[in-house]
Amino acid sequence: MKSFSYERARTPAEAAASALRRPDAKFIAGGTNLLDLMKLEIETPAHLVDVNGLALDKIEATPEGGLRIGALLRNTDLAADARVRRDYAVLSRALLAGASGQLRNKATTAGNLLQRTRCPYFYDTNQPCNKRRPGSGCGAIGGFSRQHAVIGASEACIATHPSDMAVAMRALDATVEAVRPDGTQRTIPIADFHRLPGDTPHIETTLQPGELITAVTLPKPVGGAHVYRKVRDRASYAFALVSVAAIVQRDGTGRVALGGVAHKPWRVEAADAELPRGARAVAAQLLANARPTKDNAFKLALAERTIGAALSEAKG
Amino acid sequence: MKFDSPATTNPIDRLKVVGQPFSRIDGPLKTTGTAPYAYERHDVAPNQAYGYVVGAAIGKGRIAGIDLGKAKAAPGVLAIVTAENAGKLGKGRLNTAKLLGGPEIQHYHQAIAVVVADTFEQARAAAALIRVDYAREQGAFDLASLTDKAKPNPITSGPGDTAVGDFAAAFAAAPVRLDARYSTPDEAHAMMEPHATIAAWQGDKLTLWTSNQMIAWNAAEMATILDVPKENVRLDSPFVGGGFGGKLFPRADALLAALGARAAKRPVKVALQRPLMFNNTTHRPATIQRIRIGATADGKITAIGHESWSGDLVGGKADGAVAQTRLLYAGAHRMTATRLATLDLPEGNAMRAPGEATGMMALEIAMDEMAEKLGMDPVQFRILNDTQVDPEKPERPFSQRQLVECLRNGAERFGWNRRNPQPGRVRDGRWLVGMGAAAAFRNNLLTKSAARVRLDGSGIVTVETDMTDIGTGSYTIIAQTAAEMMGVPLERVKVRLGDSAFPVSAGSGGQWGGNNSTAGVYAACVKLREAIAQKLGFNSTEAEFAEGEVRAGNRRVPLTQAAGEAGIAAEDGIEYGDLAKKYQQSTFGAHFVEVGVDAATAEIRVRRMLAVCAAGRILNPKTARSQVIGAMTMGVGAALMEELVVDKRAGFFVNHDLAGYEVPVHADIPHQEMFFLDETDPMSSPMKAKGVAELGICGVAAAVANAVYNATGVRVRDYPITLDKLLERMPDVG
Repeated sequence: MKSFSYERARTPAEAAASALRRPDAKFIAGGTNLLDLMKLEIETPAHLVDVNGLALDKIEATPEGGLRIGALLRNTDLAADARVRRDYAVLSRALLAGASGQLRNKATTAGNLLQRTRCPYFYDTNQPCNKRRPGSGCGAIGGFSRQHAVIGASEACIATHPSDMAVAMRALDATVEAVRPDGTQRTIPIADFHRLPGDTPHIETTLQPGELITAVTLPKPVGGAHVYRKVRDRASYAFALVSVAAIVQRDGTGRVALGGVAHKPWRVEAADAELPRGARAVAAQLLANARPTKDNAFKLALAERTIGAALSEAKG
Repeated sequence: MKFDSPATTNPIDRLKVVGQPFSRIDGPLKTTGTAPYAYERHDVAPNQAYGYVVGAAIGKGRIAGIDLGKAKAAPGVLAIVTAENAGKLGKGRLNTAKLLGGPEIQHYHQAIAVVVADTFEQARAAAALIRVDYAREQGAFDLASLTDKAKPNPITSGPGDTAVGDFAAAFAAAPVRLDARYSTPDEAHAMMEPHATIAAWQGDKLTLWTSNQMIAWNAAEMATILDVPKENVRLDSPFVGGGFGGKLFPRADALLAALGARAAKRPVKVALQRPLMFNNTTHRPATIQRIRIGATADGKITAIGHESWSGDLVGGKADGAVAQTRLLYAGAHRMTATRLATLDLPEGNAMRAPGEATGMMALEIAMDEMAEKLGMDPVQFRILNDTQVDPEKPERPFSQRQLVECLRNGAERFGWNRRNPQPGRVRDGRWLVGMGAAAAFRNNLLTKSAARVRLDGSGIVTVETDMTDIGTGSYTIIAQTAAEMMGVPLERVKVRLGDSAFPVSAGSGGQWGGNNSTAGVYAACVKLREAIAQKLGFNSTEAEFAEGEVRAGNRRVPLTQAAGEAGIAAEDGIEYGDLAKKYQQSTFGAHFVEVGVDAATAEIRVRRMLAVCAAGRILNPKTARSQVIGAMTMGVGAALMEELVVDKRAGFFVNHDLAGYEVPVHADIPHQEMFFLDETDPMSSPMKAKGVAELGICGVAAAVANAVYNATGVRVRDYPITLDKLLERMPDVG
């Protein structure tokens, strides 16, 4: 770990301004991912802006009938919130499928969105990784890629985004609220928040320098049956091989998003339209341009079967 | 004490303390965090500095240049030790690869430097400033491509190859035949406590507070490597947070702490960083196995052959996967063969029942497949082919062999008769449900073991031996043994372990620790009893030690009085004659597993497990059960998830942390039962006990595999059995 300076920000705008002044700065909230990465010198910020004191840990109703989730609300508290459990159960279920109780107690809403890939080549600083060291190459391509992306990947990077929470938020059409260093606000639809790797896999979101997430807003409840199916090799504490967030109405319409298949939560509106026709049709749309590796080609069949299982579960 | 004739009645047979389910006497220390592990021994040496290990970034090649300049100048740095400045280091006999590499690099993450600094953070930061230029060389990293080049090699328990009768002809002539290939992956010990050592020099004397299974081996080994007299090295390892074979030998932490302390002229502590553990240390090597079984139409095995291929560095060892096939089932015509390929992956070595664990993974699937070909119940097929003698040397009977009883008892308890022999037919909601069984088998190993026992004036019995407790319960069963022998309650016994200043024990490994170390304590207690009896003028053969007294005829003397102010001590050990040559000593069991396989996703989840074991006298049913259910859990790991994935281009294990190398979590193990059959084995030792721990892992993975087959009809012969290997052949769910 490189030595770093540290400050406690007093307001969101001050935190954002401070981060903008120091291009080598990082925000720290729960630290469940950042501190690990700093110990391995995968992240080497020279300055940390601690945002834990910013009172962004509330969850409140919006005038539109939705919920505004503070950026610093802990995952445990978000999953347990009665309104979330009642109206956005897919989110609660996704959260509880992720990490462990201890981690969820520390991890925050914004930190969860910003967590970095678990690609083992990203984690081993001896190995090439365009995400960690742009231009160094990709160890996973041609290497061990069982966990990796099957769609939306590039010649530079085939990493996945590891979050479960974000997959549910994608299905819920959440919006990310951020404050700019000049104190102004902006909102980013979750669909536009995470980027595909392209030839800049080290740039993972559309946040601008200094921008700080303050909240995630959920639109008013859409009803329907909420299902989150996470497929993994062991029963707990493992990242998804494939996960499915599905919201299905009585008439068979709904929405579906996939985790574990791409550099971002994966949703294709045209696939939602196929829901009444079943899993095969949905998967065909969702994964139309998939380019899996030899190691992870099974994810295509697995995704289709898991969508099918999720739809059956939604029917009850 | 020489043990060269079968045990007769002795004080252990009273079973007032031995055989009772005492909780671990070290349990409160562990649950309150007051049992200090190696890295936490802050009080043993003042002014401890911190070492951080740098691992090689390539799988094979040489260091062309190394620049320590920036690291040396970094804050707090006291010393940096590399092969260049470490001085001449000897080659020990226990490790294949050097613990400090350079300029030649033998494997990925081989240690090439240790940075010593005032704080851990300083050492870590400075280590990242070391610049190394490597000259990479092409290495051999793919076992499957090297089987043709593999050479015959012995295994730990004997020759690599054996043959009896005419296997080829008998197999060819058999009316029912199986010829199948299986593979097991490289696996990691993945123990919670990493390898860790604090080293301090006083002049030319070195003390290592470390975490190690085999104290005497490693004190000698460190002396060899450091080229100092053996008596100048002291090892102390009273608590070990898991070893599983990974701590049988000294590792880089011990050597680098010693070298770092010498260079920094201060005590130095080193723990291997978790990401280094998987490539820097040893692992269970991958195997490819071929099994051929021929049988008559009514299920009698006439020919059985087992071949195994594994790989290791030059000078390394072959995995002994064929070992059990020499002993487990009858059959007149037999062969086993072991082939070793040269690989440039990290060193393969002992891990959790080396040999039988991997061998049983294959053999016990093969038995299931063969039973199906015969249209027989797989449990009945095993029972039908039981043998009470060593099939390769029929003049050698087994000392005890209750395999059939374990299978029958287990089948009854498990409800095996409810298994549908047609695979893929049982459904419970979204789950396809199946049952699988396997035999369990592991040899009992005899090795000498000594102890010192002292009775003091307050009636406290203190046992000292360099035996280790790697989480197994050694403290407790040793205390039980001394309590039984001396006729005192358990709480009057103090046990001190893991110090090379104590008499040399069997150590912990190969499930030999429990029986041998307690037999050593038995021997020392016999000697102490004699000394006490002699002191009191009792006939030692008549003296009875009970309830804190020595009794003979009408005389009763309290032990406190017998000990006197000065106390009284004795030291002895157990040594073995040739009973193990005359009688094959093995332990047996049967595993039963029920799994559910998600009909849609092919996720496999164990629903319940049951084992029945027969392993001699069970010295403590509670600690023995703990070991067996732990071993069963490891078997689930081997069956379903444990795999060090090889990057065959760069030559390293990719998933080198506890997130990437998955082992079972609590949610994976919902229900376990295990039972011991009554057994005493007078051929094994005066304790009449045998090894028990590793028995619990042998066969489990195959029982899981067989249950998955029964659930789905999909036979997977390549471990671990992950959902991607089932998916294509799963029933269509639409």
